[in-house]
Amino acid sequence: MNPKDLATIAKNTWCPGCGNFSIMSALRMVLAELDSEGFPVENVVLVSGIGCHAKIVDYMNVNSFYSIHGRTLPAAFAIKIANPHLKVICFSGDGDSLAEGLDHLIFAAKRNVDITMILHDNRVYGLTTGQYTPTSPQGFKGKSTPTGTREHPLNPLELMLVSGASYIARGYTHGIEQLQKLFKEAILHKGFSFVDVLQVCVSYNNQYESYNKWTYTVQGNDDSSFEEAQKIIRSWNYDRSEVPIPLGKFYEIDAERFDQSFPEYEPNLSEIDSKIKMLLENFI
Amino acid sequence: MDNFSTLIGGIAGDGINEAGLTVARLFSRLGYHIYMYYDYPSLIRGGHNFSIVRASRQKIAAHMDQIDVLIALNQETVEKHLSRLKHSSFVIYDADKVKLDDTMHRGCGLNITQILKEATAPPVMKNSCIIGGYCKVVGLDWPILEDVLKKHIPKMHELNMQVARQGYDQAVQFCGIDRSADSHFEKQTQKPIITGNQAISLGLIKAGLGAYVAYPMTPSSSVLDFMAKYGPEVGLKVIHPESEIAVMLMAQGFAYAGVKAAIGTSGGGFCLMTEGLSLAGMAEMPVVVVMAQRTGPSTGLPTYTAQSDLHFVLNAGQGEFPRFIVAPGDAEEAYFWAGLALNLAWKFQVPAFILTDKIVSESQYSFDIDKAGDLTSGRKEQASQAPVLWDGQGEYKRYRYTNTGVSPLAFPPQKGQVIKTNSYTHDESGITSEDPQITRETCDKRQRKGQFLDADLERYETVKVFGNEKSKTALLCWGSNKGVCIEAALKLGLRVIFVLVLSPFPERKLKSALQGVERLLAVECNSTGQLARLAGFYGIKTRTEF
Repeated sequence: MNPKDLATIAKNTWCPGCGNFSIMSALRMVLAELDSEGFPVENVVLVSGIGCHAKIVDYMNVNSFYSIHGRTLPAAFAIKIANPHLKVICFSGDGDSLAEGLDHLIFAAKRNVDITMILHDNRVYGLTTGQYTPTSPQGFKGKSTPTGTREHPLNPLELMLVSGASYIARGYTHGIEQLQKLFKEAILHKGFSFVDVLQVCVSYNNQYESYNKWTYTVQGNDDSSFEEAQKIIRSWNYDRSEVPIPLGKFYEIDAERFDQSFPEYEPNLSEIDSKIKMLLENFI
Repeated sequence: MDNFSTLIGGIAGDGINEAGLTVARLFSRLGYHIYMYYDYPSLIRGGHNFSIVRASRQKIAAHMDQIDVLIALNQETVEKHLSRLKHSSFVIYDADKVKLDDTMHRGCGLNITQILKEATAPPVMKNSCIIGGYCKVVGLDWPILEDVLKKHIPKMHELNMQVARQGYDQAVQFCGIDRSADSHFEKQTQKPIITGNQAISLGLIKAGLGAYVAYPMTPSSSVLDFMAKYGPEVGLKVIHPESEIAVMLMAQGFAYAGVKAAIGTSGGGFCLMTEGLSLAGMAEMPVVVVMAQRTGPSTGLPTYTAQSDLHFVLNAGQGEFPRFIVAPGDAEEAYFWAGLALNLAWKFQVPAFILTDKIVSESQYSFDIDKAGDLTSGRKEQASQAPVLWDGQGEYKRYRYTNTGVSPLAFPPQKGQVIKTNSYTHDESGITSEDPQITRETCDKRQRKGQFLDADLERYETVKVFGNEKSKTALLCWGSNKGVCIEAALKLGLRVIFVLVLSPFPERKLKSALQGVERLLAVECNSTGQLARLAGFYGIKTRTEF
């Protein structure tokens, strides 16, 4: 399969230079690769929230559930429980799943359900034209905070680590090869995998210069160690920009999954009547 | 006796619901129809709980205010319910805890504390002890109690029977319920006694439910409890997630993947679901909501009933989209219409509501599954109730335009096909569109589905008439008021018009049922006459008195 086969006729409306193009290119390459390796693309379901990130599902000729703001994960979760053979990949923004749908994110990690979350983390609301988000640095001057936000940002990776996510990584939209590697790992990982992608928003929060200067890829880290992952994750807290920003896979463990608790069991349909009769016996 | 009512009361934590059920099962074994109302405040321990068990020769769906026997486990029970006693009523009580003015009321006290102490029985067995005494009071044969306790309280059966026997021996006989029952009426065969919520659960299972998702909220929680306990035996996936918002979205994840899902909540939880409900409207997702009303606004009275959310459910969610709403009035209707709601949700790809209240949800009814109506068997639906599935020909388009507005369904994976669902206005393939023509087409498509659903409902009895069908005065009711209205109408010679389906509104059938009616009285558990207002929209005038 050629990655180009995964395009649709929908007109692309992302701004020229938007980091979302890198995420989509990497995704197409990974899905085409997986298809040729025996993970057929018709078994993939993409789930998105609402925001610039979410348009990705219109541009991908792949099964998709274009959900509502903040609500990717509960839909994705149920699709996976309904059919464990499907590969379910969520796309969400930092406003989408760190503000509106934060509870779902924490619970998805807590349950370690076998789905992948790719966070388009541009640290600004793009589609509503420039307000601060949970990962904007303190002092960020957005339309809703003209004198600068007084809050410190959330570190989503730290939150994921303590909540029970079993794969945690960070990429950057200027590193498409790394994005491919991380996406593929995350999709193949059994359990809840979370990839934070530093996605540049050219219109409202252009961080190219800063990210190019400060990002580096971690080498030789023990990704099975909670403590080491925590240390790497805490080395940059999304607030200060004048410190090195680690990229790469920080954490991957094999842990019990919620979706394992549902046996693949289809009842014998002809038995429904007799089962109901038997059940009613309990109430006589 | 035509009717026999027993009230058992004590403090929360005494197991009053279970004790009431034991009394109900005794009468059920004699062939009576049962209705039991269970009253409890919103707390776990302490506070006053009581059950009113009514046994009748006729099918019933309401309790009576007056009672024949009062079983009092504490003084508060006597004081709170004295006004329910008739001249002929009898009180059986725990003599260690209750003082009864025996110049005013007939009764007998049992030394329960002493009996339990001598038998070294746990405190919870006081229920068995007093029900043992109750059997003597009403003249119920001992083997009936033995049978009920053996089946439903198998733990420490010997000791339980010993304590019950002591109660039986200490009590005096007051009336002979079983003998009159035996000879004078056509007994029904023993029927299960279940709540409306249990009937709903069974109807959904029968219609092929694959998943139940809910966040607990009174009075809907017992659907979740029932599904979690019995669901796995019938292949059901039961999930209790982080919030009602997640519940509503999960139902649609299941639907997208081809699994029939239902969810349950009450008013406050449903507030959180409205965002996702609107998604179901736009994305054309079949989802079934068990919406059990309680007294609002806000937290209101968590454990008490109301019918004040009809207009909320009718109008919830932004934008316009068709929905199906049914409000069953007893256990058989709850069973049949819950299953049918699931099938209709899938046939028309719309949200469907089973709108109940505390009364229908938590009251206990004798349940006759054979009289409930013909639901489709398992997941193999009858043609009239079956969803429209894609035939596998050509390119699949999730929102293909059709005459009925209903697009054929397919579920991933489909080799070479793509299945796209979308909360935005979208084209036939499910891709976002802001094209005015497509916007109009999709709006018309949704409305066509509503019309098709309305026409399809012609085959069902969506409005029912009871009582004196020639009376010029009629009671207009919905939901749990069905039972009480029928009884009142039979006594007063009135007509009852019971509106079972509330959306799409059965205008033609209701107007036909109203022929010859000059005075229409709305009977509703709310302060504004919500059904009356809805009927008024169709030009039907009711007389509303508060």
